[in-house]
Amino acid sequence: MDNVLNSRVPEGPIQDKWDNCKRDLKLVAPNNRRKFTVLVVGTGLAGASAAASLAEQGYNVKTFCYQDSARRAHSIAAQGGINAAKNYPNDGDSTWRLFYDTVKGGDFRAREANVYRLAQVSANIIDQCVAQGVPFAREYGGLLANRTFGGAQVSRTFYCRGQTGQQLLLGAYQGLMRQVSLGKAENFARREMIDLVTVDGVARGIVCRNMVTGELETHYGHAVLLCTGGYGNAFYLSTNAKGCNVTAAWRCYKRGAYFANPCFTQIHPTCIPVHGDYQSKLTLMSESLRNDGRVWVPKRSDDNRPPSQIPEDERDYYLERRYPAFGNMVPRDVASRAAKERCDAGFGIGETNMAVYLDFKRAIAEQGEDVIRSKYGNLFHMYEKITAENPYHVPMKIYPAVHYTMGGLWVDYHLQSTVPGLFVLGEANFSDHGANRLGASALMQGLADGYFVAPYTVGNYLAGTKFKDVTDAHPRFTEVVDEAQSRINKLISIQGSRTVQSFHRELGQILWNQCGMARNEAGLKDAIAKIRALRSEYWENVRVPGTGESLNQQLEYAGRVADFMEFGELLALDALERRESCGGHFREESQHEDGEAKRNDADFSHVAAWEFKGDDEAPVRNTEPLEFKEVALSTRSYK
Amino acid sequence: MSAKTISLTLRVWRQKGPEEKGHLQTYKLSGISTDMSFLEMLDVLNEQLIENGEEPVAFDHDCREGICGACGMMINGQAHGPDRETTTCQLHMRRFRDGETLVLEPWRATAFPILRDLVVDRSALDRVIQAGGYVSVNTGQAQDANCLPVPRQDQESAMDAAACIGCGACVASCKNASAMLFTSAKVSQLAQLPQGQPERSRRVLNMVSTHDSEGFGACTNTGECEAACPAGISLSHIARLNREFVRATVCSEEGA
Repeated sequence: MDNVLNSRVPEGPIQDKWDNCKRDLKLVAPNNRRKFTVLVVGTGLAGASAAASLAEQGYNVKTFCYQDSARRAHSIAAQGGINAAKNYPNDGDSTWRLFYDTVKGGDFRAREANVYRLAQVSANIIDQCVAQGVPFAREYGGLLANRTFGGAQVSRTFYCRGQTGQQLLLGAYQGLMRQVSLGKAENFARREMIDLVTVDGVARGIVCRNMVTGELETHYGHAVLLCTGGYGNAFYLSTNAKGCNVTAAWRCYKRGAYFANPCFTQIHPTCIPVHGDYQSKLTLMSESLRNDGRVWVPKRSDDNRPPSQIPEDERDYYLERRYPAFGNMVPRDVASRAAKERCDAGFGIGETNMAVYLDFKRAIAEQGEDVIRSKYGNLFHMYEKITAENPYHVPMKIYPAVHYTMGGLWVDYHLQSTVPGLFVLGEANFSDHGANRLGASALMQGLADGYFVAPYTVGNYLAGTKFKDVTDAHPRFTEVVDEAQSRINKLISIQGSRTVQSFHRELGQILWNQCGMARNEAGLKDAIAKIRALRSEYWENVRVPGTGESLNQQLEYAGRVADFMEFGELLALDALERRESCGGHFREESQHEDGEAKRNDADFSHVAAWEFKGDDEAPVRNTEPLEFKEVALSTRSYK
Repeated sequence: MSAKTISLTLRVWRQKGPEEKGHLQTYKLSGISTDMSFLEMLDVLNEQLIENGEEPVAFDHDCREGICGACGMMINGQAHGPDRETTTCQLHMRRFRDGETLVLEPWRATAFPILRDLVVDRSALDRVIQAGGYVSVNTGQAQDANCLPVPRQDQESAMDAAACIGCGACVASCKNASAMLFTSAKVSQLAQLPQGQPERSRRVLNMVSTHDSEGFGACTNTGECEAACPAGISLSHIARLNREFVRATVCSEEGA
């Protein structure tokens, strides 16, 4: 096929590429838009914003979410903020600098043209959200306030207390609800997409399970937008919502969409440490806390005194020591590895010795408790709820945890996957964050894709495509429904002796231990073997109670874990093949003498896009070379 | 954080489907770590039920960080349990005594039909938002974000209201099953911001009308909703809604 891995990056200087692209896009006339139906799967920031924007333009939109309301998508849990190159603080920010920081922060594994566009539209996002009534923090003069986030030396992060994701999502959700009331959009809640329907290789519909009745439903349209988030829950313990899953993306992969860079997972440095076997999830403490919190461990590994009794000169503020220029605000991958390094060396604190302190003593002394409370009150409250310790008096204990996934379905500049008509937005695609995402950039990317990119490029696709008349009466729909039904029947019929959760935990342990913050060749090969063995046991020994014809949360879960089992192997395989360290992917064989990650630009300055070849065949690793014309390839240094 | 373990008796509402008859079923649990969250305790129960060949208890949950609003149940008659400003997922077992009996029931309200066990249908809340809980601005129409200063106290008060997570605890805790705290949170947020002014009157009128037609009861200012609200939404937002409603009815074209 000709279009494969043609990234369709427009010609021209980087500043003009998006304009040039828009200049050449085909348009659908307003009175013709009602003839097209767009299916949007997932109602997080990317999905809700794209659905609302397309419906506003006049397309018929159907949205689908597994939650009971579109408002509950996991974007809602993002705490800290959203970046935009507004330069309101007058501290030297610009589109260029946001672009530069993001390319560098992503360790030179993102596509330059996409990142530049992201920086360009970032300012429009803030305008749009404010117009919707999103209550961003403001100064006393009534103008918008900013804070600093990791990996940047300017203040460009807009925020709503510690609930930025919630407010941005509610803004987009309300926009979507408005379109529902106007009859342009229809939302299908409690629906799980369980397969993509392609007709002659083109995406024309989806099959989803009605999670209340168990019925398999078919929906058809002219384009499918996948906005289904990331796959962090493959690790079992992560900061993701419990329902987040890879199923929709994985099913699309098996229908021909390439999966790019699955090994790029982000381990977030500031999470509440694991404290028991029963634990069901990990909770993030926003990166914004590092603005005022200082990370440290005792200088002596056998120092078991409570933190308040350890004097200043016996504390090792290791981020400030190792990275004086950025200090506690180094990017996430750097901060996470540094914490792991200290804990592995025996300096960890707490009952498990797998934690470090995040200390607000100095900030509270300098700014007062009230100021700290107004900035982080809800985060401190949540921390105390979970740990029963008061962070105003005792330093927080933190440790890295799986948080975000930079990898995802491969998309071109138009956000279209290798399946024509299948567009992928937000965390579900791979495009903008390279090997490491900077804080406050996920909200920016989700909304950029949904508000300002897809509404243009999807229109171009609809205008430029000759559509066959296809409804869900087409035999392809029946075939896909039959396949989905037989998978469900099989899961229920096994009636083995182990619960779904026990398998999921075991998969998560394999991935965390052998494909987590650090990976090596032997460990990855072993992980692949273990995952295969676990997968075969799963299909012989899992126990799913109940029937398929009712609300059955265990059945939903079983389907998701079945896909995580397949996906986990690809994740490990991708990690194995990428014989370099970059961003969130740290290969032990590839490091500098001081322990910093050693990238290999000669051999790996490319996107790895995996192509499904069949259940019993090895996937094929395609590549898209990455060129860095604007930001010269350099070793990342935050020292 | 020194964990100990406790034993509990749970009496859980079991109901197979919307039309089926439900009942309280008793379960004994032991070895529950006090560091567990409430939902992790239910996970333990469910794992045991599955291993014994029984069907697990269905309950809604997702983020388990207290922000998505998916979880929620009546725990000994209190929405989200005994802690103030705390969702069920953020409630921890250290809050309970060894040997305690806990009665778990779904949200009970006409507007929230039970789907199964502790899972209810809260789509009526979406329809209240559809009636006007938004600013009618299309993508691309916005001016520069700093063109319109917003006094900080207005923005802070709007943010207080905007913190609503839409869980439905206000409805479940109200003797009238009123969703007035939920409705007022959105009305109050947008009424205090300049962006919300053009639709200020029609918003409150339409949202209240839909609130009523969805089967939510009237507000009698009892204040149980405020006590149960995990997001700390104040009753004063209902007072503001009432003022907005009167203003719209008496002083606006839309109310005439």
